[in-house]
Amino acid sequence: MNGLEVQLPGLDFGAMSLAEGVQFISFVLLGLMMVGAALGVVLLANIVYSAFLLGVVFVSLSGLFILLTAGFVAAAQILIYVGAVNVLILFGIMLVNKREGFSELGNAWLGRVVTGSVCTGLFALLGTMILSTPWSLSDEVAAGEEATIMIGKHLFSDFLLPFEVASVLLLIALLGAIVIARRELVPDEDVAIAPPLTLPERPRSLAQSSPQDS
Amino acid sequence: MQLEYFLLLAAALFCIGIYGLVTSRNAIRVLMSIELLLNAVNLNLLAFSNYLDPAGIKGQVFGVFVITIAAAESAVGLAIVLSIYRNRNTVDMEQFNLLKW
Repeated sequence: MNGLEVQLPGLDFGAMSLAEGVQFISFVLLGLMMVGAALGVVLLANIVYSAFLLGVVFVSLSGLFILLTAGFVAAAQILIYVGAVNVLILFGIMLVNKREGFSELGNAWLGRVVTGSVCTGLFALLGTMILSTPWSLSDEVAAGEEATIMIGKHLFSDFLLPFEVASVLLLIALLGAIVIARRELVPDEDVAIAPPLTLPERPRSLAQSSPQDS
Repeated sequence: MQLEYFLLLAAALFCIGIYGLVTSRNAIRVLMSIELLLNAVNLNLLAFSNYLDPAGIKGQVFGVFVITIAAAESAVGLAIVLSIYRNRNTVDMEQFNLLKW
């Protein structure tokens, strides 16, 4: 019986010490995996490794969401982030596949040191704030497996307008991404005679007029 | 399991994301850092939803919205990076001075 309960911490946690122990161990493992992968995303030199480590970050975040009894959001995280965003970033890396050595800046190390100290200070500030705030924890029974139904009810009752606005925003982002990232015409094609219902495009010769003038 | 652990983890993820956002030279890595920031906020939202409002889970609804907006932001951001790469032939953030005086 215990073996069943500890597998699903969203159903009944807090009652058993074994369940709490398993939750804590999985929290520590997922947290270490997430922080290590996030550091790899930021610090590794090869950007392809960074993209795959970003997938590891998303998967461990999904596990943390399951620990927080948010099964639907965890599934959406896997589907959207790992399935769509990460693949999109990998495609972006492949389309911008240019192994260029960036020109060295004179004081790049100074910027890194300053940024690292600022981020560490920000983390210390946030940590003291988190640990010193008396959070008013609720004693209500968690929604647990009912969460998906309740999210659906929220989306179609009191969050109906943001839901519709989000759908319009997704449509706008789709169209905008297509328009911005569209392939340009080759210059020897005739640009003047465009078929109807198409956007006029700038020839590549004009677009790449002077890339080194900066 | 306490609320503070999750909040500290989200704060760490947020700080790592800010560090990557500021120090990265590659534009795609900047986009990845923005994804880290959005995920940190999402972890915060879900932690608050679970510990402060477990019955009426409005935080999870906000999490779903954040994921939606993040998907749209990622698509548009990568389109902008591709467009700039096509025009300037580089993805170095130090050379993107199109809007600078």
